Amino acid sequence: MKRDYLLLFVMALIAFVLPLVLPGDYYVEVFLFAGINVLVALGLSLLMGYAGQISLGHAGFYGLGAYISGALTAHLGWPVLPAALIAIMTTALVAALVGWPTLRLKGHYLAMATLGLGIILYIIFIQARGVTGGASGLSGIHPVHLGRWYLDTPRRYCYLVWTVVVLAFLFSINLVRSRTGLALRALHYSEVAASTLGIDVARYKLKVFVFSCILAAMGGILYAHYITFISPETFGFMYSVDLVVMIVLGGMHSLWGALLGGVFFSLLPEVLHRLEDLEVVVHGLILLLVLIFLPGGLVGIIEKVAEKIHGNP
Amino acid sequence: MGNLIQYIFAGLTMGVIYALTGMGFNLIYNATGVINFAQGEFVMLGAMFLYTFQEVLHLSPLVALLLVILIGGGVGIIFEYAVVKPLLRLGIITVIIGTIGASVVIKGIAMLIWGKNAQGVRPLISEKPIAFLGAALNTQVLVVLAVTALAVLILGYFFSFTILGRAIQACAINPLAARLTGIPVGRMITLSFILSGGLSALAGGLIAPITLAEYDMGTMLALKGFCAAIIGGLGNNPGAFIGGLLLGIMEGLSAGYLSSGYKDALAFLVLILVLFWKPEGIISHGKGERV
Repeated sequence: MKRDYLLLFVMALIAFVLPLVLPGDYYVEVFLFAGINVLVALGLSLLMGYAGQISLGHAGFYGLGAYISGALTAHLGWPVLPAALIAIMTTALVAALVGWPTLRLKGHYLAMATLGLGIILYIIFIQARGVTGGASGLSGIHPVHLGRWYLDTPRRYCYLVWTVVVLAFLFSINLVRSRTGLALRALHYSEVAASTLGIDVARYKLKVFVFSCILAAMGGILYAHYITFISPETFGFMYSVDLVVMIVLGGMHSLWGALLGGVFFSLLPEVLHRLEDLEVVVHGLILLLVLIFLPGGLVGIIEKVAEKIHGNP
Repeated sequence: MGNLIQYIFAGLTMGVIYALTGMGFNLIYNATGVINFAQGEFVMLGAMFLYTFQEVLHLSPLVALLLVILIGGGVGIIFEYAVVKPLLRLGIITVIIGTIGASVVIKGIAMLIWGKNAQGVRPLISEKPIAFLGAALNTQVLVVLAVTALAVLILGYFFSFTILGRAIQACAINPLAARLTGIPVGRMITLSFILSGGLSALAGGLIAPITLAEYDMGTMLALKGFCAAIIGGLGNNPGAFIGGLLLGIMEGLSAGYLSSGYKDALAFLVLILVLFWKPEGIISHGKGERV
């Protein structure tokens, strides 16, 4: 556990130095979007790795954050901070409404319910033209600023995004170490044993689910106020699948999998260039191949290498 | 009156498709405990292959439909051996993620093969609608209802009265006990995948002349099919059938009298409400598996 704080420090250091040394705004922007992916993936990783549940609607929660916060600033001229808070609270409420009935049940009902919710939210983003701008998108979203100092360059915004990422990791590490985390780990070994010890299984799962949806909404908010224009395609089912790919690629059993998976996945388009239609197939194949041949993901590989170097700990 | 009949028949038609898809879900769920996210792609493949056999290779519609069912069964076997079996030892959640990956891959490959455009398929009997109590019915609607009724009767007979069908049931109820009585559980699981793939492909083949065949039609059908299975209680086949019909009729009526833009939201609403009030399904007497 001490190791986690050390890793967090290293991550913060890299996130601080990288925007300074990267050549040009383009790469800083890639790093910025990687940060947003990592943030959303971190939430899903907590849900998958610790609560043992899958959400296929995280693109919807990501979109909900982006649209609510974006629309409040664009239509009503609200300042960014209260708009973001309302967006986060609404998303948390929606998450609780879906999570409460489905997480009381044994099995994987949440996956289907969130798949459905994601699709419905997507339909709403397109249909509710008055609020969301429909298929042509929502423009005029306010950028973030502190007084007169605008965070309008990739480098400045990058620091904001990665500060949020570092804080989210700090919170998550603490969450995993807290009663909630311990309770959830107990669930992994035996749900029956855990519930006989008085652990309210459903409540802990719901807690983690809502927290993960809040992180998704925060990602959406950060995205919306940087781009200042959003349209529904960004928040479609494919992004929900991409998030799952990130987590599996990074390693499901560790929070750091979200970091490695998120960053690595964000670099994929740079490596593969434009695959156009093939991209979707490639993402699916990565998911399947990693699951079958490298179930530990990137973190699993690193752990194995570290074990070899140090000898068995 | 004509309108009402029209909406009900439109709803029934989609309803039986949801029912078939829901039963496909159940077969795999009962055999392995896995919720198969690629179920909708089985349906989509059924529709696309029917298009190829009937419109490209010009086979007779009946032969085309039979071939589609066979291919569906084949897809079921491949799916079991390529995706489910290698992942099952890593736990159910891993298998479910695997089915999500498989679903994306199948959808993508279908897009590469058949293109992004929706393909029209001729109905099985004739293209002229028939008049019925003031409503104009597509003949395919009657085909869908008749073929589904036949399929459900055969399936019901198979599960209740044949040794093989009862063996599959036994494996679903208690695999260990089934193994002890000498039932080859592994083979029964494979058979479940074949049946599931075949049923779903049949659903796709039946619906293609009505909704057109398109590479991304699967996700929505899977969601509705799953909803049907939940309404009836996950794992309960007669339940899924009734659930599918109910959902279809509700959708047909709400699209007719309320709003068609949000029609797809209804299934989701029903899904949440049923999970909320009666997670064991509306026709079951048993207890839902609460944590």
